[in-house]
Amino acid sequence: MEILTILIPVSLGLGVVGLAAFIWTLRARQYDDPKGDAERILSDEWDDRPRPD
Amino acid sequence: MSDLSAIRLSACPACDAAPMARHLADRAGGAATAAGDGTLILSLPRIHCAVCIGDVERALHAVPGVRLARVNLTLRRVTVDAPGLTAADLIPVLGRIGYEAHELDPDALSSGAADRQGRDLLMRIGVAGFAMMNVMILSVAVWSGAQDATRDLFHWISAAIALPTVAFAGQPFFSSAWTAIRARRLGMDVPISLALILATAISVYETVLSGHHAYFDAAVMLCFFLLIGRYLDHRTRAIARSAAAELTALEVPRATLLSATGERIVSAVSLAVGDLIRVRPGGRIPADGRIVEGRSEIDRALLTGETLPVAAGPGLDLSAGELNLTGPLVMRVTAAGRDTTLARLTALVEAAESARGRYTSLAERASRAYAPMVHLLAATSFAGWFWTTRDLRLSVNIAAAVLIITCPCALGLAVPAVATAASGRLFRRGLLIKDGTALERLAQVDTVVFDKTGTLTMGQPSLLSADALPEGLRPVTLALAQGSAHPLSRALAEALAGTTPAELNDLCEEPGHGVRAIWQGAEVRLGRADWLGVADDDAQRPGSATWLSVAGRAPIRLDFTDQMRPGAKDCVARLEADGQRVILISGDRPAAVADLAARLGIAEWHAGTDPMGKAAAIEALAAKGAHVLMLGDGLNDTAALARAHASISPASALDAARVASDMVLTGQDLLPVADALLTARRATARIRENFAISILYNVIAVPVAIAGLATPLLAALAMSASSITVTLNALRLRR
Repeated sequence: MEILTILIPVSLGLGVVGLAAFIWTLRARQYDDPKGDAERILSDEWDDRPRPD
Repeated sequence: MSDLSAIRLSACPACDAAPMARHLADRAGGAATAAGDGTLILSLPRIHCAVCIGDVERALHAVPGVRLARVNLTLRRVTVDAPGLTAADLIPVLGRIGYEAHELDPDALSSGAADRQGRDLLMRIGVAGFAMMNVMILSVAVWSGAQDATRDLFHWISAAIALPTVAFAGQPFFSSAWTAIRARRLGMDVPISLALILATAISVYETVLSGHHAYFDAAVMLCFFLLIGRYLDHRTRAIARSAAAELTALEVPRATLLSATGERIVSAVSLAVGDLIRVRPGGRIPADGRIVEGRSEIDRALLTGETLPVAAGPGLDLSAGELNLTGPLVMRVTAAGRDTTLARLTALVEAAESARGRYTSLAERASRAYAPMVHLLAATSFAGWFWTTRDLRLSVNIAAAVLIITCPCALGLAVPAVATAASGRLFRRGLLIKDGTALERLAQVDTVVFDKTGTLTMGQPSLLSADALPEGLRPVTLALAQGSAHPLSRALAEALAGTTPAELNDLCEEPGHGVRAIWQGAEVRLGRADWLGVADDDAQRPGSATWLSVAGRAPIRLDFTDQMRPGAKDCVARLEADGQRVILISGDRPAAVADLAARLGIAEWHAGTDPMGKAAAIEALAAKGAHVLMLGDGLNDTAALARAHASISPASALDAARVASDMVLTGQDLLPVADALLTARRATARIRENFAISILYNVIAVPVAIAGLATPLLAALAMSASSITVTLNALRLRR
């Protein structure tokens, strides 16, 4: 049962990583325009270099 | 990620999430206030693909002064950061590359608050989802037989995850339950909050005493499923509200104020009694007033339903919302803002609306019966077990199990899931639902009342037939028609589009009368009958007419008809086939109404009805037990729209009418109305089915819980199974 001391922190850690990723997508406003983002990926406008912001 | 690191991540995600939610909210609020200066929002109704996004953004970036343009395809809007530029500078730019654009009033859109709430709910769903997965992994181990120290360890870890999660993710329920209790009501949220708190408390107590059963997984799962229901509900409302706000924001009311220093464009709200304002031909009257100068014709269709324009001259009183057709007018304001006829009628609507607010939805009725029963069941099982066994711990455990199992998880999902599926389906077909209970009310409808002008018809005239016009006179008629902006002239020009216009001299428009010019040395006139000196019998004819006279020839009558809205005939036919009683009530002349009723096959019609008469007719029908669906677009319909059991107005309707109705037709076609009745009935049936499903689960699981045989595994199974069945059943509506 010593394996639990590794497995439990690992499983919780993975969960926290997933939660952090979700919160990041939320903060990066990735749910504001789902339809637009799906279409934008088809545009080849910024394929060669990143968009200068 | 630089933004994220500004907030220190601690060991507890829920503690981080709360300040983050607040931080996000501030950012959203900041963006909304920034919209005031330099940021323009344009609506782009035709945009649909990646190419459109690229075209629009490239064209706008090419305009000097534009700092940033970003298209939102989901909302079909573009936000432009361009200090010093106005929408009038950018709309032609988009027009040139073929995109229709309208200015939106950023203040009217104030989506900040709704956005913030949606994001806040999503964040809580995320946290609850994370916690649910982890607690579930640990629970599976306990269910499959973890013993003694291992079980206690797993329970402690579950508690560490579940306690902050329930505290954070349960907040929407706790706060709304607290409001309900303070108002001495028992809403759905009271049993939910009680179940959450009791389940968590009893689990902590059991964990401390190293007991067998802990309900941490149930508490967290409850949060997760109920939050999804809450979010669906919020999103359906937010989409409808933002689309409705967009329709309102399209009309930014402005007026041209005449003062000693010259003309100024001001907001219609800032007008005061006694101000002189100029109204251009084609412009809407911004306030009530009296004409001081100028002659024209006034279209009162939106206020009275009357299709024939009224001649206007100095001394005539005008009401806000009327349309000036031919000549420029100068008028003195006699009432502005809140005191105008339009605003008074709107206030009337609000009063009528609050009366309709008494409708109780199926969900409310269900929760009213449900909430006391849940509490009663839990209390009785506690009392019963305590009385027979004198074991407090066991009795509280059983009461908690009963509360968890009966918790309206499926009920909380049953209605929002159906509403989302149904309103999504109707929105794709061109019908926007503004009110939460509109679908249920629509399902009960057995009588449909139509307004004529602007609802069954387009409210725009078209030439009945060009046959009355000899071939040789067509070029001169077209040339005359092109000289005026009057709706009849425009319809005439459209009908004669194939011909080459003749050359005319001294073309001039006499506002309120018509157009005249010299053609091949003779005077030609196009206009009203009395101006041409012919007897006028318009009142007996179904349509409106204009006359053409060429010196030395008999005047020619040109008949116009109000074009029928596409789908009107099919819509009426389908409603009648469906067994609905269809009635046409209009403020127009009997001849015009009878003609349209005959063409559509409507047997029951009333003409010349004033706004109060329409509302009274609806009330008379309601008094006889009919559930009336009212369709109308004008100010004269608003009172009737608000009184009816359910109401629909087309997007072209006056603002006040759209506010008064539950649903808005976004396209021109009327056919979605017939479809909506069907969908509404199916949606209501689905809601009832969902209630039946969750009751069935309860009937099976509650006796087990009362008997003391409920385990956390059984609670988890019953809860997730019923939630999933209910959601899947709702999704069937999308097809």
